[in-house]
Amino acid sequence: MVKKAIVIKAPGTNNDFETARALEMAGAQASIVHINRIAAGQTRLDDFSIMVIPGGFSYGDELGAGKMFSLFLKHRFREEFEKFIKKGKLVAGICNGFQVLVKANVFPELCSPQSLTLTSNDCGTFICRWVELEVDTGKFWFKGLDCRISLPIAHAEGKFTGTGETLDDISECGLAALTYIENPNGSYKNIAGIVNRQGNVLGMMPHPERYVFSYQYPGFFRRPEEIWGIKIYRNIVKNA
Amino acid sequence: MNLNITEMSACQLKDFSRRYILSLTLEELQTVRDHFKEKGRQPTRLELECIAQTWSEHCNHKTMTGRVEYTENGNTKTYGNLLKETVFKPLESMDTGHCLSVFKDNAGIIKFTPGWGIAMKAETHNHPSAIEPYGGAATGVGGVIRDILGAGLGAKPVMNIDVFCFGDLDTPHSEIPEGVLHPRRVFRGVVKGVRDYSNRMGIPTSSGAIIFDEKYLYNPLVYCGTIGVIPEKCVDKQVVEGDIILAVGGKTGKDGLHGATFSSVGLDGCADSGCVQIGDPITEKQFADILLKLRDENLYNAVTDCGAGGFSSAVGEMGRETGAVVNLEKVTLKQKDMEPWEIFLSESQERMVLSVPGEKIERVRYLLESEDVGFAEIGKFGGGKLKVYYEDKLECELDMDFLHGGYPRTVRTALWTDKESEDIFVKETGPADVLMKIFSDPNNASKEKVIRQYDHEVQGSSVIRPLEGMDQDMPQDGCVIRPLNGSSAGIAVGLGINPFYGIQDPFRMAATVAEEAVRNAVSCGGDIRRAGLMDNFCWGDTEDPEILGELVRACQGCGDASGILKIPFISGKDSLNNFYSTPSAEKMNIPGTLLVTCVAPVENVEKACRSSFTGPGNLIYLAGETLCELGYSALSRSGFCSGGEVPALRKEISQGVLEFIRKCIERGLLRSCHDLSEGGLALAFAEMCFSGTGAEIDISAFDLKGRSGCGEMWAKLFSESNSRFLIEVSPGNAAEAEALADIPLISIGRTTENGLLQVSDGAKTVIKSPADRFKKVYTEALKW
Repeated sequence: MVKKAIVIKAPGTNNDFETARALEMAGAQASIVHINRIAAGQTRLDDFSIMVIPGGFSYGDELGAGKMFSLFLKHRFREEFEKFIKKGKLVAGICNGFQVLVKANVFPELCSPQSLTLTSNDCGTFICRWVELEVDTGKFWFKGLDCRISLPIAHAEGKFTGTGETLDDISECGLAALTYIENPNGSYKNIAGIVNRQGNVLGMMPHPERYVFSYQYPGFFRRPEEIWGIKIYRNIVKNA
Repeated sequence: MNLNITEMSACQLKDFSRRYILSLTLEELQTVRDHFKEKGRQPTRLELECIAQTWSEHCNHKTMTGRVEYTENGNTKTYGNLLKETVFKPLESMDTGHCLSVFKDNAGIIKFTPGWGIAMKAETHNHPSAIEPYGGAATGVGGVIRDILGAGLGAKPVMNIDVFCFGDLDTPHSEIPEGVLHPRRVFRGVVKGVRDYSNRMGIPTSSGAIIFDEKYLYNPLVYCGTIGVIPEKCVDKQVVEGDIILAVGGKTGKDGLHGATFSSVGLDGCADSGCVQIGDPITEKQFADILLKLRDENLYNAVTDCGAGGFSSAVGEMGRETGAVVNLEKVTLKQKDMEPWEIFLSESQERMVLSVPGEKIERVRYLLESEDVGFAEIGKFGGGKLKVYYEDKLECELDMDFLHGGYPRTVRTALWTDKESEDIFVKETGPADVLMKIFSDPNNASKEKVIRQYDHEVQGSSVIRPLEGMDQDMPQDGCVIRPLNGSSAGIAVGLGINPFYGIQDPFRMAATVAEEAVRNAVSCGGDIRRAGLMDNFCWGDTEDPEILGELVRACQGCGDASGILKIPFISGKDSLNNFYSTPSAEKMNIPGTLLVTCVAPVENVEKACRSSFTGPGNLIYLAGETLCELGYSALSRSGFCSGGEVPALRKEISQGVLEFIRKCIERGLLRSCHDLSEGGLALAFAEMCFSGTGAEIDISAFDLKGRSGCGEMWAKLFSESNSRFLIEVSPGNAAEAEALADIPLISIGRTTENGLLQVSDGAKTVIKSPADRFKKVYTEALKW
């Protein structure tokens, strides 16, 4: 059976197109759904097995990156959203989506008080570039990948930080599934992405949906054999 | 306000125009006066403002499309329509089968893949950016995106282009005149404005350039361009009588009144930054998404954006054939206390106007409401005239013919006298030091600190970015995107700009930048046989016959280049009056500046070619002919030479070289390819070495064409002659590439694995240095 994925879009979301494309390429049936449709009860989260919150500037990030969107998840769709996670369905937040999930208190587990955040890069500006990453191939999200991969980042608020206790927890429990080789933004322990304790929620700053065709790779001397971005999406669809 | 203009004298009229920022000439004011005299009534404020906006230089381009009496070296010729008789002239005898829309709509459109077209438009936002850099640049981006959304029935924006000209960043603060912002502040503000708007819109900013020169201190230039893709069946639009006039997007406020007229005069240091708006990209993004949905459901007959002049311009233009009746009280306002003329003329951002048939309005309302996009039904098309009511009071009743065609045709005077070029003189020093100095000029240095702040990966379509390689530090000629799912076709964009050449000869400057744009597009894989060009002129005070003469020369140069290159200009825009009046009434003009953009389809993005050496053991060829053309070159601007001629575009070689490169890339014969422009062979060669692959060339392998007038080595290394490329070819493909060439193609060296940049002249070593030394200077010279 074809797995159904929902890509939730809010005003200012702008990576919905390439995210849905990547999910479709990986074999899912992807729908881009405006957040108002869910609020109006016209679309039910329960009808999907994968939820992706894509990148962009939801609500202009006016209250802080991803904050406004996270309030929808925390309050307006709380029941539906928590049920989705508790059932073990897959949730991925990419870039702005990661910022949304962090602020929706799903890490390290549901209903944690917010003790993590993503804040302004140390350099003070937006950064768009490709970065090298080390991935935990023990997590199903990254299974079968080389342990070193490259993906693009594009964000102004990507510095992962939080309170000491939770940060220790994240690194000791092996939740930091993705780390930068060279820290581009000042993130704690080079963290680029984390999973929740249950393992079914992933948040990451780099954009796997922007590396699904070989020609997208900018280092043109030795193109890698594996196209890492699409591989991550295939893992998502396979494990949903 | 005394509106009894029918009785006013010439002097009173002039004073009247100045006081209310109408920016109309005396002749125009007299025409308006006589029109209303005939009607037997006084105009309303709204009517006057509407006429002033419609007839403004900014909206009407009366200089470029007007009559010009041009005297060149004593011989006088009259142009009836300058643009038509110069830039467009080659269109008459050219195959334009690939063009879908030429100079008529919001944007030019060429064919892309079967069923799809590429829409392109570039605008300038100079005056707003001069007084409020962040807001001015951001709204410039927002405006040109709306131009693409309003092209035909709406195109999807897929790439932004941004080109800036700023004053010298190191200008001492003590030398900044009152009312002028420091170039560094303008630079930072403009970049942030472009960044915040483009990134939030989710449009990759993949193409750009920055020029620094002290002459832009008073009046910086900000060019914003957008490329879109559009279904071929959506290229035409037609307002139907009886359609509802639907305003969509943001609310209307008092912000940005008089933008059109304010842009049509010079700056004077007194302008209030309050007349520049701050953009709201999220509102624009919301209606951009829904607009394309409405388009695909075929829910409207026409669309246009509200730019300069607001509803006055948008409704006035759309209703040109049908007429329109507008009820201003229905407009959604930001504030209550607005006069009718303010509502009609407001340039509040993020608004568009749709022409919706009555039977489809229900569905349109539903879709807009479902995504929280604001809208208001503000009237109906029809009736033959432009009628505007506020509640029941008639505020405007203008004949469309008068509004759009009633302005007096003035004859402008233009003057050009050839400038004698001086003998060339080169100050001979070590070529390596010279190259280092050239790279340390911010004009030639890496723009990485800016590029990094733009999201050029969004939409997942980037194929060739402005900087390539895993560390993304290798400069590229042009950029390529692949915007359509399920098609391997791409779009290549190349730019050309060089205001320095224009100091000697605007004709040669125009022809050269046009070819440079084409070279940049072809070298990354663009099919230039199906390409389109855009011109964007930014000029000084064209009331001055000599400055207008330079503009005429530049227009002639564009026309000449278009004919030689066999590529039509399909879209363009001019921004005149780029000058600043000092308190002592001295006029500081910008140098005449022309940006040419070349947009070309790429058949298959897998064949796109980059501009950096790819590995050792390959052959390096120089394609084209080198003449001694060092006038206003990078060498000259770095202080190492004086005099000389600026490059000319040569018909006998240009087409051949460009076609050779196109064919080579089509056949997959090139490993890399870089065009030669500023800094000549030396700079292009060094940039290619930034990939870490070393290379050696011997400049005694080729001869200079013609007389040099200076040491031959200097001319060979630094001359900026047109129609030249450096290409890297693997030994296995060398024979095939050589056989394809019916132009001078000289093997001048090979790539090595030692990371060294080596140039020799026969037995003599000219430069031998690690390429990284140059790269370090190149990377670090421009400070953010």
